[in-house]
Amino acid sequence: MSDIQKLKTLATQIRRDILRMVHAVQSGHPGGSLGCTEYFVALYGSVMKHNPRFQPDAIGEDLFFLSNGHISPVWYSTLARFGYFSTEELATFRKINSRLQGHPATEEGLPGVRVASGSLGQGLSVAIGAAQTKKLNNDPHLVYVLMGDGEQQEGQIWEAAMYAAHHKVDNLIATVDLNGQQIDGPVSKVMDLMDLGAKYRAFGWEVTECANGNDLEQVIAALQHAKTLTGKGKPVLILMRTEMGYGVDFMMHSHKWHGVAPNDEQLAQALAQLPETELKDY
Amino acid sequence: MKKYTFTEKKDTRSGFGAGLLEVGKQNPNVVALCADLTGSLKMNDFQKAFPERFFQVGIAEANMMGLAAGMTIGGKIPYTGTFANFSTGRVYDQIRQSIAYSGKNVKICASHAGITLGEDGATHQILEDIGMMRMLPHMTVINPCDYNQTKAATIAIAAHEGPVYLRFGRPAVPVFMPADQPFVIGKAIVLNEGADVSIFCTGHLVWESIVAGEILAEQGIDAEIINIHTIKPLDEAAVLSSVLKTRCAVTAEEHQIHGGLGDAVAQVLVRNLPAPVEMVAVRDRFGESGTPDQLMAKYGLKAQNIVDAAKAAMRRKAK
Ligand SMILES: Cc1ncc(C[n+]2csc(CCOP(=O)(O)OP(=O)(O)O)c2C)c(N)n1
Ligand SMILES: [Mg+2]
Repeated sequence: MSDIQKLKTLATQIRRDILRMVHAVQSGHPGGSLGCTEYFVALYGSVMKHNPRFQPDAIGEDLFFLSNGHISPVWYSTLARFGYFSTEELATFRKINSRLQGHPATEEGLPGVRVASGSLGQGLSVAIGAAQTKKLNNDPHLVYVLMGDGEQQEGQIWEAAMYAAHHKVDNLIATVDLNGQQIDGPVSKVMDLMDLGAKYRAFGWEVTECANGNDLEQVIAALQHAKTLTGKGKPVLILMRTEMGYGVDFMMHSHKWHGVAPNDEQLAQALAQLPETELKDY
Repeated sequence: MKKYTFTEKKDTRSGFGAGLLEVGKQNPNVVALCADLTGSLKMNDFQKAFPERFFQVGIAEANMMGLAAGMTIGGKIPYTGTFANFSTGRVYDQIRQSIAYSGKNVKICASHAGITLGEDGATHQILEDIGMMRMLPHMTVINPCDYNQTKAATIAIAAHEGPVYLRFGRPAVPVFMPADQPFVIGKAIVLNEGADVSIFCTGHLVWESIVAGEILAEQGIDAEIINIHTIKPLDEAAVLSSVLKTRCAVTAEEHQIHGGLGDAVAQVLVRNLPAPVEMVAVRDRFGESGTPDQLMAKYGLKAQNIVDAAKAAMRRKAK
């Protein structure tokens, strides 16, 4: 099997994990998780230099922050599938006494997580700070951060955006999950972002696009291209178009599955569209 | 022990939604703002009934607090709606400067307060909000106990001139207060008269305190149970007259042990009528994911914890 085929298989298995995790506790956020699966597979499976023998300071490796912490299921599954912790632990998601908190947390030392997230709008600032520490440490590795599009409405994002350009934080690749949806409805109806790329450009960023964030080859290519834009005095942004709920027909094309778990019947229907792979269910 | 019963469980946030619609009908100056949580806050009915008085601000809570402060100038009464964490910690300085210090008539309505928010975990489970809000001069702090009381409080605060923090929750809990109760800000409600120990309780812990009162009664302990729905201004007279009789107290709240109802009651007592106080609250730690019930048990907020605290307080009474 080619490497890309292996990664596609992994994406399918991660989607199954996401659905089974949120179903088991009847809570959590499948929509954004399913939409960002290719991004996580591309990052951890192809683009990012990282080590599952987790070292919190990330010396000599790339590092990743999830600002839209509610899509923790896709991150947890990815981390488990890359060996940060056992896939069995996915069964503890959102249950009492678990390291797999509803939103990512560091309190119980979950490998892969370096800062708590869940309250939106804070991850970009943290990523910029970590990128500056890399520079201070003469560590040439990159910092990646993922944000939601609804999340762009938070003012702190724009404080961070201004800062990163001013301080030439050019070892940072931020990505916005442009799925066009948030809790109360389409982003354009709730609070229109208008031309988000123009906004970031006006703030001094290098902006690039990924037209289909659910096409694994495209996501890898977009991240590789973004890498070539680093080190040139500007922070780099990828506007990545995705479909919330991708991979499950009835979860796509609306905001409804942002934070709702499937019932038994819906789970069966969804899993039938994503047959179990040789990687096996946890 | 006076008998309390309930026929249904409802979430207090639905009481807020119903109250908001009602007060919207009564008072054309009432406006509402929400930060991408209209459904969670149960603000849809108000939005539907008064679309021109409803403002979707997106995920931008700091902006929402500033907007609300501005809307009061000219006579509107803004009700802001988001989760308790994003209603307080997220926007503390906006509330402090533009609302509290500026004396603005904003009603900060905060859902999903405390640990019973459940599975979302500690990032969302604020347990410090009562403390933060009661530290602010001019701020009124209200934490109702069931659907009916939340609805009544939501309506009552419109008639109060000044900033209010109204705190309520996510899970369905027993509805046991009368639907037609008058809600008087700052006036505690004696739910049961007793001579052995005073239990001062707020929010979701009021029902737990009633259950505790029943357990204590079976053991021959006569607890006075007082619902402190308004933590600030605290009904000091109610606290003092009860403890004058019982000579010891328990406080019960879904909040950190620091800064909340426990501190408020203890302060009144140490200054006027020193008496042993036991506090049922979260002991200086963050919460975690779990079901509301599991978390209440793990973090020591159940009826049995109140029973134990009552006995401990009684043991410490001056002989
Ligand atoms: C500061 C803050 N405000 C509100 C929320 C509640 N909330 C959680 S997810 C969400 C919508 C996020 O939209 P988006 O970033 O587009 O993510 P998506 O729905 O696409 O996954 C909101 C409002 C929050 N977590 N943090
Ligand atoms: Mg979105």
